[in-house]
Amino acid sequence: MSLTKLLIIWPGSPVVSMLIWIVVMVVLLYLARTPAHRAIHSLARVFHNGFRLMARSVMLAEEKLAQRNKEVLLNAGVESVERLIEREFHRVNSVVKRDLSGYPTLHRALSDQTTKIDEDYRDSSETPPPPPGWINAMEAVAKLPSQGDGTVANILNEIHKTSVAQYKTTMEEYRKSVAERHNLLKKMMPYWRRMAQTLEQVGKTITGLHERANVIDNRMAEYEEIREQTDKSARMLTASSLTQFFISGFVLLVAVGGAVINFNLIALPMSEMVGGGSYIGSFKTANVAAMVIILVEVAMGLYLMESLRITRLFPIIGQMDDKMRTRMIWITFSILLVLASVESALAYMRDQIAADMQALRHSLAAVEATGVAVNSWIPTVGQMVMGFVLPFALTFVAIPLESFVHSSRTVLGVAGTAVLRWFSFFFRLLGNISRYMGELLVNIYDLFIFPPLWVENLIRDKRQHQPEIIVEEEASR
Amino acid sequence: MKKYLTLILILSALLWGCPDTTSYSKGVYMLLDTSGTYKKELKRAEAIINYLLGTLQPGDSLAVARIDSGSFSEKDIVAKMTFDKRPSVANQQKRLFKQKIDEFVKTAKGSAYTDITGGVLQSVEFLNEAGAGQKYILIFSDLKEDLVKGHVRDFPIQIDGCNVVALNVTKLRSDNVDPREYYKRVEDWRSRVESGGGTWRVVNDLERLENIFEG
Repeated sequence: MSLTKLLIIWPGSPVVSMLIWIVVMVVLLYLARTPAHRAIHSLARVFHNGFRLMARSVMLAEEKLAQRNKEVLLNAGVESVERLIEREFHRVNSVVKRDLSGYPTLHRALSDQTTKIDEDYRDSSETPPPPPGWINAMEAVAKLPSQGDGTVANILNEIHKTSVAQYKTTMEEYRKSVAERHNLLKKMMPYWRRMAQTLEQVGKTITGLHERANVIDNRMAEYEEIREQTDKSARMLTASSLTQFFISGFVLLVAVGGAVINFNLIALPMSEMVGGGSYIGSFKTANVAAMVIILVEVAMGLYLMESLRITRLFPIIGQMDDKMRTRMIWITFSILLVLASVESALAYMRDQIAADMQALRHSLAAVEATGVAVNSWIPTVGQMVMGFVLPFALTFVAIPLESFVHSSRTVLGVAGTAVLRWFSFFFRLLGNISRYMGELLVNIYDLFIFPPLWVENLIRDKRQHQPEIIVEEEASR
Repeated sequence: MKKYLTLILILSALLWGCPDTTSYSKGVYMLLDTSGTYKKELKRAEAIINYLLGTLQPGDSLAVARIDSGSFSEKDIVAKMTFDKRPSVANQQKRLFKQKIDEFVKTAKGSAYTDITGGVLQSVEFLNEAGAGQKYILIFSDLKEDLVKGHVRDFPIQIDGCNVVALNVTKLRSDNVDPREYYKRVEDWRSRVESGGGTWRVVNDLERLENIFEG
């Protein structure tokens, strides 16, 4: 017996059977209305609470991540500013060492110059001419009346001559002494100039130090702001990290381009050394060997930059004592030099192999090489130079790599926070949707059983109205 | 410390204990039909061999053999070589190979019969011995087999993993009368190769020789 036959209650009339079934269903649904509503509400609440809980958890994770990011960022900022301040202090130190270490000597020189100038000045002071004590006597004698006495006239003449001679001698001596003083003053000029120059030099040094002090002040203000963990400093550091991320990423891409060129230069000749037909996995051994050489060059470049304390990717290298570090610098540089020379030789070999292959292809195609031959030494030398220079150029990858690594930490953190925030929003949305879906399902449920509900409402209304009517009737009586 | 040692040992075992034994080299065996009318096509065959010499890499193997009255013989191999892994040496070998082929084309004599099956069987032996990863059997022929009386070749051939490429399958005068003969010939070879575990292709356009190693 099929299900259809079972469902037909009124044989020969499926419509009637269907109507009966609908009525039965509606009645059953009406009877189960309250528990069904409760079940739907419970289900909706379960989903709503579940999603809310998930959203809350994700939000907490996002807050933790954001906090962690901020800490990392501020620590990186503190470290960076500390490095800058340290560098400024080093500069101040070098200025002080260079210019002010000779200050005692300078001071002595200035003191000597001052003493010398003082002495010269004293020597150049004008000595007053001897007091003319005999002038009064002369005046008294000159006032004596001569009265035609020849002897007196002679005496007076002699006195006159003597006084004139005396006057001349005194004037000469005076002029001589003035000239000497002038000479002394003239000699003072270079001392004055030298002193002015020395003072100017001291002034410049002091000004430079003043400027450095201003820079340090600014850096210190920045440092304090970061230490206070303000949002402004965090925002500034984030922006700076993003800029660093994109710039260093771009430079790294350029470096990857250089590495690819380098790879193509040495991959073919490598097959001459390790064999062209051998494979490691699905990669040609020659290609792997060429890639390894390039990676070793990059690694050596990183070590060299670390040893020079330009980058700080490996703290253990930075912490080495200077002697060890210097050794490391020489070792890494020597290895780089050897690898660069090997690459240069490989580039030369590549040219030879390429020429041989070209000749073979020509002979196979039975084509004679035609046209004007290009100067073959130019590409050969060019390839050799590139082979030698590129390993050293790749050394500088360490600098953008360090920036990229440091900034990517921040960028990944920011991206992670954004993703978590989005997830949190999504879960909250799902929670709210499930809540309102519960409401919707309840309403749809009621829609299916609207006839009994309508009847129920009618009866309820009647019951509510009946007491009112009775009260009104009693009142009218 | 122990943890690190164990890790290093496991990594070493992984690196050394699981060597990649896959062979990536190519092995190509070319059969040249030297029977009567087809002998004049040898110049075209030479061009194909030159293409192969220019395409094959160090470490690959190449053999050229003629199809004559009884081709299941090493004597029919005109030249065979596994190229050295160093490109410079491989280039020298290719030059030598070309010389041998040039001499053969100049001095080749036409054969009365055409034993293609014997040549195919010989090529399978060579390719298996060469240990090539990708095996190609190139049949430069009109695929019309003409056996010496008493030679038995009508049995299934085993050519597992071999790519059989028929090159320059020319239409005979009789094919023009009844083209079904041509299609039947090609179809017979296809079913024979495919039932033997190989793949079958026909490349008649010699301007597109790169199709030989495709597919």
